[in-house]
Amino acid sequence: MVEVAVIGAGMTKFGERWDASLRELCTEAGVAALEDANVSGEQIDALFVGSMSAGRFIGQEHVGALVADYVGLGGDLHVPATRVEAACASGGLAFRQAVAAVASGMSDIVIAAGVEKMTDVGDATDVLAGAADREWESFAGATFPGLYAMIACDYMNKYGLTREELAQVAVKNHYHGARNPFAHFQNEISQSTVMNSTMVASPLRLFDCSPVSDGAAAVVVCSLEKAREFCDTPITVLASAQAGDTIALHDRPDFSTMGATVAAGNKAFAQAKLERKDIDFVEVHDCFTIAELCAIEDLGFVPKGTAGKFTAEGETQIGGKLPVNTSGGLKACGHPVGATGIKQVWEVVQQLRGEAGRRQVDGAEVGMTQNVGGTGATVVSHIFRRAC
Amino acid sequence: MTVARFWRRIPQRYNLVGTKCNTCGDVFFPPRAFCPHCRRGGDLQEIQLSGKGKVLTFSVVHSASDQYSDQKPYVLAIIELEEGARMTTHIVCEPDEVYIGMPVRSVFRVLDEDGTDGVIHYGTKFVPDE
Ligand SMILES: CC(C)(COP(=O)(O)OP(=O)(O)OC[C@H]1O[C@@H](n2cnc3c(N)ncnc32)[C@H](O)[C@@H]1OP(=O)(O)O)[C@@H](O)C(=O)NCCC(=O)NCCS
Ligand SMILES: [Zn+2]
Repeated sequence: MVEVAVIGAGMTKFGERWDASLRELCTEAGVAALEDANVSGEQIDALFVGSMSAGRFIGQEHVGALVADYVGLGGDLHVPATRVEAACASGGLAFRQAVAAVASGMSDIVIAAGVEKMTDVGDATDVLAGAADREWESFAGATFPGLYAMIACDYMNKYGLTREELAQVAVKNHYHGARNPFAHFQNEISQSTVMNSTMVASPLRLFDCSPVSDGAAAVVVCSLEKAREFCDTPITVLASAQAGDTIALHDRPDFSTMGATVAAGNKAFAQAKLERKDIDFVEVHDCFTIAELCAIEDLGFVPKGTAGKFTAEGETQIGGKLPVNTSGGLKACGHPVGATGIKQVWEVVQQLRGEAGRRQVDGAEVGMTQNVGGTGATVVSHIFRRAC
Repeated sequence: MTVARFWRRIPQRYNLVGTKCNTCGDVFFPPRAFCPHCRRGGDLQEIQLSGKGKVLTFSVVHSASDQYSDQKPYVLAIIELEEGARMTTHIVCEPDEVYIGMPVRSVFRVLDEDGTDGVIHYGTKFVPDE
């Protein structure tokens, strides 16, 4: 297989972007990525676009073609564009398709983008519920916050996690988000902000939840060999792993363990030939605070049941043993679902190039991502290293 | 949910009919036509479930989709039926009444209405059984 590298990355400001449509968001991120990579449209072989539900959010399908057209790759250049969907893991999966296209030798230079325009619709909760089993979970009244709340309830009962420890995940992610100019929320919060916020689905409150956001992100990948023609610090993709699980949460043997995260993480570490201790920082899928705790445990960084304490001790904040979600995570950076997986790669690129500014992890050389679809029916994970 | 989509699953939704795999003994609700453990070696048959079970985990939902907003706050739970199948359901009880391990039994209830002049969906919910 051809070794693959990321040579450019761009993202839009995430948030309530009433000023921009889906196509405008994608163009903004795509142009930023191409400029960063220093490549021109003529050199692009393929485009993959992650979008969870453009059909329900804005009534638009065929977004691969739409986006290609508006970034100037459709009409004159006829670049093939493919939409990729796996709920909130759509972005991570689009990235994986781009990596596969280059690794296989089928394409030379490929763009992976992710986008979601969520705030134009009234009932986003119902659209998001389509990431679960519509017939036997959503129709029984399950919302996404409700499903993750049932994970939290199970977890707290099994491991004695306290409400205060859980709140620290959000406090830490807002601290990071306040250092990311592209984040949806750029304000620091205190534990009491979380504890006193509105109840959404017990035990999860408003500040345990990722927000409904608009935004897009894009990255450019090519072979490591070719990457040197374009930039001094290509970011090598050491591992690309994906795993699946049952669509419904109720069919899992242990609600507090995401089997697909365990499987994807193990595959990724085996591919990269690395140990847990080799990872300098990780971007995980904290759609709800509890999900971040499960993620760092299921990836094998800390033993099951201990992530709350690890977080409360400050170890997941910049400067700690394992900085988690330096971008602000889904909680503070925002969660335009299809864009999130690509934004995670964008953050890894900023960190590994040493360009993360006030949120830079000192000496970062190896970074990892974990992107979840639904309650864990799809998980995709990548490991990256700064090429020397 | 469209009429046909709801109607297709009326026996299961009204009467709690699941399936059982005679090869591995596993019981499924929602019913499966194909055993995920035995795959082509599976042998599935319909089974009437007793409707008795216990709560494994739960949440009190305060922020619902439009379809359920007139019922909030409501108790959402994953329960295990005594036959072994697990399902997601509403528990009809006070929010502070529910706990992990609470015994429950099935009841026939209105699930929701498609607006003021649409179809009324009926189906199974659960209540405390103590
Ligand atoms: C939690 C949630 C229900 C809140 O939605 P809402 O009650 O409609 O919130 P609104 O949009 O009315 O916002 C009300 C206020 O809260 C703020 N807010 C909204 N979501 C927030 C969040 N997650 N964290 C912090 N503040 C939030 C808004 O900025 C707004 O502030 P303002 O009044 O100062 O402008 C919604 O964000 C949600 O569903 N999140 C989960 C998304 C999800 O499931 N994603 C998929 C996961 S896999
Ligand atoms: Zn079987």
